[in-house]
Amino acid sequence: MAEKVLMKGNEAIAEAAIKAGCRFYFGYPITPQTEIAAYMAKRMPKIGGTFLQAESEVAAINMVYGVAGTGYRVMTSSSSPGVSLKQEGISYIAGADLPCLIVNVQRGGPGLGGIQPSQSDYFQATKGGGHGDYHLLVYAPASVQEMADLTSKAFETAEKYRVPAMLLADGTMGQMMEPVELPEKEPVMIDKPWAVRGTNMQRKHNIINSLFLNTEELEKTNFERFERYHTIEENECLWESYMMDDAEVCVVAFGIAARVSKNAVVAARKQGIKVGLIRPITLWPFPKKPIAEAAEHVKGFISVELSMGQMIEDVKLAENCKRPVALCNRAGGMIPTPEQVLESICKMAEKEGN
Amino acid sequence: MRAERNKPRRVAIFCGHYGSGKTNIAVNYALYLKKCGNPVRIADLDIVNPYFRTKDSMKELEAAGIPLISSNYANSNVDLPALPAELYSLVQQKNTFAVFDVGGDDRGAYALGRYRPYILEEDDFEMIYVVNFCRPLTPTPEDAVEVMNEITAASGIPFTAIINNTNLAHATTPELIRDSVRQTDKLSELTGLPVLMTTVREDLAPSLSDIPDLFPLALQKQYFEINE
Repeated sequence: MAEKVLMKGNEAIAEAAIKAGCRFYFGYPITPQTEIAAYMAKRMPKIGGTFLQAESEVAAINMVYGVAGTGYRVMTSSSSPGVSLKQEGISYIAGADLPCLIVNVQRGGPGLGGIQPSQSDYFQATKGGGHGDYHLLVYAPASVQEMADLTSKAFETAEKYRVPAMLLADGTMGQMMEPVELPEKEPVMIDKPWAVRGTNMQRKHNIINSLFLNTEELEKTNFERFERYHTIEENECLWESYMMDDAEVCVVAFGIAARVSKNAVVAARKQGIKVGLIRPITLWPFPKKPIAEAAEHVKGFISVELSMGQMIEDVKLAENCKRPVALCNRAGGMIPTPEQVLESICKMAEKEGN
Repeated sequence: MRAERNKPRRVAIFCGHYGSGKTNIAVNYALYLKKCGNPVRIADLDIVNPYFRTKDSMKELEAAGIPLISSNYANSNVDLPALPAELYSLVQQKNTFAVFDVGGDDRGAYALGRYRPYILEEDDFEMIYVVNFCRPLTPTPEDAVEVMNEITAASGIPFTAIINNTNLAHATTPELIRDSVRQTDKLSELTGLPVLMTTVREDLAPSLSDIPDLFPLALQKQYFEINE
């Protein structure tokens, strides 16, 4: 078994990426994710990798686009305003069907917002963000250990389906320190016949491109891509169900909000309230199935978010408006307390139902 | 090598690698000096990380009567590495003990540079290297020496002592602390610096009472801990 180390969430992402075989990092500093860049700046030169502080977020994402075309594992990281700047590049990468990892350690917004934790980039991460029809694979870690585990998972899954992946964390997850065990296994690399790595005069050259002026051809690429998205929805959806078996109230929360909610669920159970938690680990694909199943036996849902209520829309779609869905939230860098979540749980439990 | 100290030096500077636990120790040390009846001031010199800092302990320090001097922007969420002029009082007011909590790594230690001439001239300082061998970039005494040299190059102030703050937060075990004492002794041997103390989470202290200069620390409880 690997030895445990005490790491910040941001450092765990960086080290896990290196362990996953990522040798290219391009970024631009922004609080609260700067430790990722700082860690990469120290580590990459020692292992023959490339760390480059780009002149802007726009430059960084286009460097990612370039390396992604060669089929090597590559990443960038930023926080909310910086991720907004990257959106054009992300759309191009999705349009060119390339795998890469984009990390967003969210802070309060909109605009420059603040530097404290937030989850208000949920829409941006799961509904596109850039232009055109595309999705990102979106992972939402809820512990420093998951920051590490989901980083390697994101690289592997992104390559499997040739889609960009995003790790959607928040300032708390990035800054908190916890013991972590990093995987010692060799990263799994797959063949990439599409990569631009030189033909050796053995084959026809590959082209990385997102421009298709022929409308029929562009439609074809979209249809093909969405078939892949469909497979991803079938195979790659991840979530955690906690105390859901006999639950009459279902809390839905991800990331830091899920940790707060878990404490509230435990407190509510002590008061005899039958409540459980569904924690989406992938935000896209969203875990519709367990929520639809829960809708068969719960009185209602509570979406706990560090935003004005974004994921709540996906919860409503997943449960098909069968039950009431309440929002329990804080915004602007504030975090809901377990007491606030407990109050929402009690209110929902008192509702007449079934 | 163990430290022999008759009386504490007037200036105590806490440096170390990023996330080694400097702030927690600096605050505890200031409280300890005050408890012994000394006038104390503490300075938050962290220009690296705007998230966790000495100012988080403001209430506790204020209650103990310890003035905290920090950036006007600390904890205002303005990410601005500016230091107030008032900080000079720590090097100029020589009838009061001064505790410097410095930011991580060499980048954090650059902030010390402007106080260096005063500190060296007075020559009544302890420059303390805080080490946690469970941190990813300092797993061995040799790695710790490398970071130490980087900090010395940035601050221009030589180290005088080591504090072993090895921990894995709630996952710390007595065995881990015992291992870390051996690593710290090796670090002491490599650098010629004495070990001031080994810190340990309060509840583990009884089972480690044989370790010399053990210093129990309280861990802050946070409400998003997973209780399983």
